[in-house]
Parts: sequence; C-alpha cells; structure tokens
Amino acid sequence: MKIIVIGAGVIGTAIARELSKYEVEILLIEKEADVADGTSKANSGIIHAGYNADFDTLKGLMNVKSNPSFDKLCEDLKVPFERNGSLVVGFDEKDLKKLKEKKANGEQNGIEGLEILNRPEILEKEPNINEDAQYALYAPTAGIISPYELTIGYADNAVRNGAEVLLNTKVKDLIIENDKVQGVFTNRGEFKADLIINAAGLYSDKIAKMAGDEFEIHPRKGEYHLFDKVHGGLVNHTLFPMPTETSKGILVLPTVHGNLLIGPNANVINDKDDFSTTSEGLEEVFKGAKKLVPSLPESGVITSFSGLRAALPNEDFHIDFSNNKKALINIVGIQSPGLSSAPAIADKVVEMTKQYVKKNNFEIGQKKDFVGENPEYPHYHHYEENDEVEKWQEIVEQDEKYGEIVCRCEHVSRGEIIDAINRPVPARTIDAIKRRTRASSGRCQAGFCGPRILEILSNHLKIDPLEVTKKGKGSKILKARSKELILAEIEEDSKVGDQ
Amino acid sequence: MQEYNMIVIGAGPAGMAAALEAEKNGMENIIILERDEYIGGILPQCIHNGFGLEYFGEELTGPEYAYEFIDQLDDSKIEVLTETMVLDVNDKKEITALNKQKGVLKLKGKTIVLAMGCRERTRENIRIPGDRPSGILSAGTAQRYTNIEGYMPGEKVVILGSGDIGLIMARRMRLEGADVKAVLEIMPFSSGLVRNKVQCLDDFDIPLKLQHTITRIEGDDRLKRVKVAQVDEDFNSVEGTEEWIECDTLLLSVGLIPENELSKSMGLNLHPVTGGTFVNENRETNIEGVYAAGNVLHVHDLVDWVSEEAEIAGKAAADYINNKLEKREQKIKITPDKNVTYTVPQTIEYTFGDKRFVKVFMRVTEPMEDVEVKFSNNDKEIISYPKKIVMPGEMVTANLPAALVKDEMEEIKVSIVKKVGENNG
Repeated sequence: MKIIVIGAGVIGTAIARELSKYEVEILLIEKEADVADGTSKANSGIIHAGYNADFDTLKGLMNVKSNPSFDKLCEDLKVPFERNGSLVVGFDEKDLKKLKEKKANGEQNGIEGLEILNRPEILEKEPNINEDAQYALYAPTAGIISPYELTIGYADNAVRNGAEVLLNTKVKDLIIENDKVQGVFTNRGEFKADLIINAAGLYSDKIAKMAGDEFEIHPRKGEYHLFDKVHGGLVNHTLFPMPTETSKGILVLPTVHGNLLIGPNANVINDKDDFSTTSEGLEEVFKGAKKLVPSLPESGVITSFSGLRAALPNEDFHIDFSNNKKALINIVGIQSPGLSSAPAIADKVVEMTKQYVKKNNFEIGQKKDFVGENPEYPHYHHYEENDEVEKWQEIVEQDEKYGEIVCRCEHVSRGEIIDAINRPVPARTIDAIKRRTRASSGRCQAGFCGPRILEILSNHLKIDPLEVTKKGKGSKILKARSKELILAEIEEDSKVGDQ
Repeated sequence: MQEYNMIVIGAGPAGMAAALEAEKNGMENIIILERDEYIGGILPQCIHNGFGLEYFGEELTGPEYAYEFIDQLDDSKIEVLTETMVLDVNDKKEITALNKQKGVLKLKGKTIVLAMGCRERTRENIRIPGDRPSGILSAGTAQRYTNIEGYMPGEKVVILGSGDIGLIMARRMRLEGADVKAVLEIMPFSSGLVRNKVQCLDDFDIPLKLQHTITRIEGDDRLKRVKVAQVDEDFNSVEGTEEWIECDTLLLSVGLIPENELSKSMGLNLHPVTGGTFVNENRETNIEGVYAAGNVLHVHDLVDWVSEEAEIAGKAAADYINNKLEKREQKIKITPDKNVTYTVPQTIEYTFGDKRFVKVFMRVTEPMEDVEVKFSNNDKEIISYPKKIVMPGEMVTANLPAALVKDEMEEIKVSIVKKVGENNG
C-alpha cells in the first residue's frame, strides 16, 4: 500500500514517522526546500500543559493526550525538550478568579500538579517578574522544545524507516478518478497512491478544495523577538499573561537553546506567504512582554521573525476523511496548540488509516525492523553545556573536522555542518544548516560564518557557489563571479560607443 | 596545562602588535591564538589603500599593512596557532581552546591580551521590519565575498550607514560593476572619515542621503526593494517622504560591536559607551595582568592607532612580568566632560616611570570647529590643545604630560570646547 502525505511540517512528518512503523510505502511531499519551513519553524516552541482548551474540543483532547509522550519521543528522536513549567500571571482578584477556573478546567482534563501561587511563591520562581504580579497558575508539565528540530527529527526517523521525502515539490492538483483520490499532480510530475493525507498547514484548505471540501483558513500572524543567550536567564518558566478570546497572549520564555523569546501578537492577515514583521507588531510584542518582565533589554534582540497560525473560523482542529472523495484525509486548522498535539494527531491519523485499510481490504502489518531512535550527532554545545568539553577531545581525535569551529557565536564545528548535509533529510540550504546545527543563528547572524557555510555546502553538494541558496528557489546568496558584472558593463558601453 | 608568559587572543593588528612589543621588551614564551586560518584579522580583506599613514608614514593597503607585522612575527620566537578558537577564559587566566589538530587545549597565561576585535551590527540590531529574503548582508561580509572569495553578492545595491566600511564598499561594488543606488545615513552627518566620503562616494557620483533610513524590506526569496524615508531629529520617519528603491542587495554598515563574550566570561564588566572593558593607562582591565587592545576595547577608525594602543598593552605586560611597574597610591579617574562621549583609558593606576605622557583616545558627541581639547582638574586647566575640526567619526587623541599630573589629583576631566579668546565673526 502506498500513502502520500502532503506537507512536511510537524504534523506531516509526525504522521509519516508513525506510519513508517507499518509495512506501507510513504511519500512525504513538501513545496519548500526543507522540512519545517512554514508554521513549524516560527512559533513559540512550547508544549502546553493543556489546561487552556476545553476537553470537548479536538485541540484540547489532542493536547492533553500528547503532553506525557514528549519525554520519550524527544529522547528517541534526539530533540531538545525541557519541562520548565509555565506560569499564567494574574494581577488582581479578577484574574485570580479566572486562574482558579483554569485550574479547575485543567484538573478536569486530568492535568497533574496545577497550583495557584501567591506573590512570594512567584518571586521565588521568577525574580524578574513585574512587581505588580500577584497570582499565577503554575503548570509543571508545560515544556519548551525546538519545534523545527522536532520536525526534522520526525522526518529523519521516517526516512530511516523507509519513507521518502520529496522537497521543492508543490502539489498543483489531486488526481481524482471514480470519486476517489488516486494521487497528486506536482511540478515534478504525477505520483499515485492508495491514500492521501493532507497535512498542508496554511494551505490545507486549498488542498481540501481540490477534492471539493470547503474550509477557510484565516492566517493569523504572530511576531517574535529572540534575544541573545546572555539574557536567557532572565526567566526560568514560560510566562503567560491572562489570555484573550483568540490568543494566549504575548509570552516571555526561555528557549531550549538558552535564548530568551518574546511574542507572539495576533493579527489576522490575508496573505499566507506574508512572513514579514511590522514595526507596529514588533513594538506591540515589546510592550506586551514588558508587562510580564519590565526589565527586558531592547538592545539584546538578535533576530525578529513572524509565523502564521493556520486557524479555522471555529478555532478548532479538523481531522477527518474527505466529505466528497474517497482516500483523502484532511487535517485542517492546526494552529496552537498544534505542536503540543502532534503526537496524538499522528496516532489518530494512524488509527484512521487502519480503519481505511480494513474497509478497503488492504493489509498493513507492523514493520519488524522499525528503529524508533535517531542516532546522536555530536554537537559541541551539548558538551559545553554539560561541562564535558574534555570529552570532545576524543571526537576531534577521530575526525579533525570537529576541531574546526565555523560558527563562532554558537560554537559549531565543520564536522557538525557536514553531518547536517549527510543526515537522512539532508540540509541543502543555509537555513537548513542553521536549523540542524544552530550555525549562523547567533548574535552575528551569519556575518562571519555565512561565507564559510556557503563554501562547505558548495563543496559537499558539488554545486557552484552561485547556486547555494538561503532557503531554496530564488534565494541565492551570490550574483556573479568577480569582474563578470564590470566586464559586461564595459562591453555594453563599447557597443554603445561603436554605434 | 601549558603555561605561557603571555597568551594573546586574536592575531589581528592588535594581537600582533601586542605580542611583538612584549617580545621587544624582553618577554619570552608568548603564544597567539587565532580562530581564522590566516593571521592579520580583517586587514587581508581590506584591499583598498589608506592604511599606515600615521604609523608607517606611508600609504599602504590592508594586506600590506598586515604583512609589515606578519613578517616581524615570522622572525620572532612568538608561537602562532591558527584555526584555534578560544571557547572559554576564566578569571584565573585559564583558557580552553579548540584546534583542528590538537583538539581541546588548556592553557594558562601569566598575562592575557584580549584582542578579539569586533563584529558588525546586524539588521536585527537596528530592527528593520519586513520580509527576510536573501541579499541582506553586512558590508564586511560583502567585502569578504568580493575580495577574498571572488564573488559579487549583488547587482543593484543600497547601503545603509555611512561608516567607513559602508563607504569603502560603495566604491568597491561600483568598481565591480554594480549599480549602487544610494548610501543612507540616519544622522545629519556621515559617520565615516571625510576622505572616504570624498573618494568613495563623490568621485563615483553615488548619492549620500543624510537623515534617511530604511523602514521596510520586501522580497520573498531574494530582496526586491526597500522603503526609504527621511527622518526628523528624533529619528522618526517623516510622513510623505517615503519612497521605494528597487534593489537586490542591502549592505549594512550600521556600527561595530566589540566582541567581548570572552571578557564577560572572565567576569569583566563592560563600559556602557565603548562596549569594551574598563582599562587603565596600560590597557590593563580590572583583572591584573589581563589587557585589552584594539577594536575589542573600543572601535577605532584607523588601524594605525590600534597598533599603537596594542603596543602600550604589550609593553606594559612585559613590564608587569619583569616587575617594573609601581602602583600609585591613589588612582586617577579620567572622566569625559563637555562634548566628549568617552575616553580610553578611564583611569591612571601606575606611576609614570620613564613614560613622558599618557595618550588619551576619545570621541566627540557632535561635530565642532575651532575647538580645544582640554584636560582639567578641579576646574583648573592642566593643558589644552587646539583642533581645527572634530567629528564623531574620527577619533581624537591628546597627550596628557606626565610632568603635569600630580599625585594628589583624583580626577582629570577631558572636554572639547570652542576655543576662547578668538572671534570668528
């Protein structure tokens, strides 16, 4: 049996990985030059405890079901994850009442360890918090994760277990015959399959429409600021303000890599490709975050970015078979807490696949040689964080590539960059290297290491340096060889002179 | 753990000069650790001329200037280890470094010279909103691509910031056949050297738009255009002045940040204005035997002064090892006053010995003409020097004569004020 998954975000890759436990052929199709290139790369990177959503919503259920599974999952996939706990911060009695409601809701959902903290208890956990913060709902099971590394980890593992990933491949239409989806038309030809899973994120409505299923995704933009690691210790937990109807508000949190992150705001936009930041938005994020931590150093920002939430009007997830055509599963409206729900969504889709298999007289057995764990790639910064720098010696003795630091800010060696190029889902762009190694994600933002990473990519992919891109397609870094432009100009001038 | 009399971090102009000067003053057992594969720091990619006028009395290119020192290093006993990244330094002067051949190195220095240089500020530091396409890079990165790697990063170029690197790269891009649309400067004056403004922009008809900045960046994959606006005195964009400039490349020359992550790991505090450590007249930091020189201490506009400053540190380190230094009973603070943004050094801590003066480096806050640089103690002038013109982009230096500094002085103020007694009207 053959299955196509459209979209290599965290949901698509999670599904591909879970399906790769079975005897099926899996083809994961992604329009961008790397996995995790849409919403999965630009979000808060948190695993919610699950007290927020109602248990009768699909997103509430998926979130609560997923939360306990992240420890083992991340250990297997070698993804940085930490249960740092979260605090929803209240300022007065009115807030306290709401916090108590949330706690009750969470407890009803089976979430353990929820506590209402008073001011001294908050201060003990967060010394830099706003001096007017009076109460907080503490959720010890909330965590932080690297969302793109989770996606890459899923994808790598799926490929290790036989799945195939096609990048730079855009689905243009579905192949539909006899009321059944038979495959996809793409810019790289047709691909046939017995079941199609639409996990196209922001574009999942567009794919669904190809089968006549009507959904309308309203992208909601969220902007963020990421701070230099020196400010990473400003907070210990994920700090939430009191939430509004559509958003959990502007957060302040540490990242798993030791930076500090603030955001997101929430603005509905029309353009699904609009990942731009705005001056108003960036200001709004600062203002919001300062309500929680007034001492935020504005000069400490090393990058700002925005992500889009793929929200449906009813604000819930939709995971179901197509209403119109056979052999299509639509996964639509996966916004927050989508990342926190990925494991349960993948499980649900596997169950649906089994149902479909049974109904249609296919057979899929469990793969006997499935390997759930990804290998550990050596990362110098792990050794540094664990105070085990001496142990890096052995790694350098085996291969001197690991003794040559390319990215000075994040301490990434040439060996780590070459590993990223050779992983099951290989890095082919500067951004893909960044997401796998952290090279160029530091304070100089590729000022020093950019040219060196470009050279490594060019050497190892055996392509001209002029062909190396930041993120695929037209995002080339270089324009011409030295003297080419000026020689062309001189030739042009002499032609004009001759006339 | 291998011990050295001196460990220099960085083999740029500051590191090279400090090590050489220490050896000239009798120090042995010196090592320089350099992260790049070649030494010379940023100089090898600065292929334009204009270096060395102050130090050598002749005009050299960056590589030529570097080779003056590299040749001396070859003739010296100083050990140089390239492709060696210092990953940590602590306050006991113990260094952890990583080298391709040797792996993890642990070294200890009786003295350490911090000479890590600086890095360029990024788009993110100045928070220009918009898309995040390729084609946006710092002027120094573009310089590396063009002069070392042999590639042009773009054809239609806008440059933000009129610092020296921005000006030099405007000319370099034009000479390579690019269409340099404009150099934008948020301040009402260029922050680069005057000679660079003339030779790099005026001579090539490249417009310099003062009090202009970029308010938005557009382009999905590669940069397509930038929105440019005039700014008022508070740097807010003036409504109605916005225009789009089509370009595929944006070079940023928006300031340099001393690269002091290692200094911080030693527990050294940074000066809020210079971004470097606090130092005394020997360029010694608050940890005895640890020195800082060059752009890691404060950003210089001339490499000549980097060399000179590093020699001060190198000699002092040698004197320190040879027990030739004597501390003053009380420190003298050097404080910036009218129209002086900062001074280096910030204190005088040792007796002068055979030293005849302390050279004080400073920057002005605002451009001014017909001024004097005045040292004073308790409102009484110690000495003053006339200057025709001072600009924020050009560092000012003045010598404080040893003979005029008295032991009882606690603070010496430095100000730059209009010359008195002269009527220009």
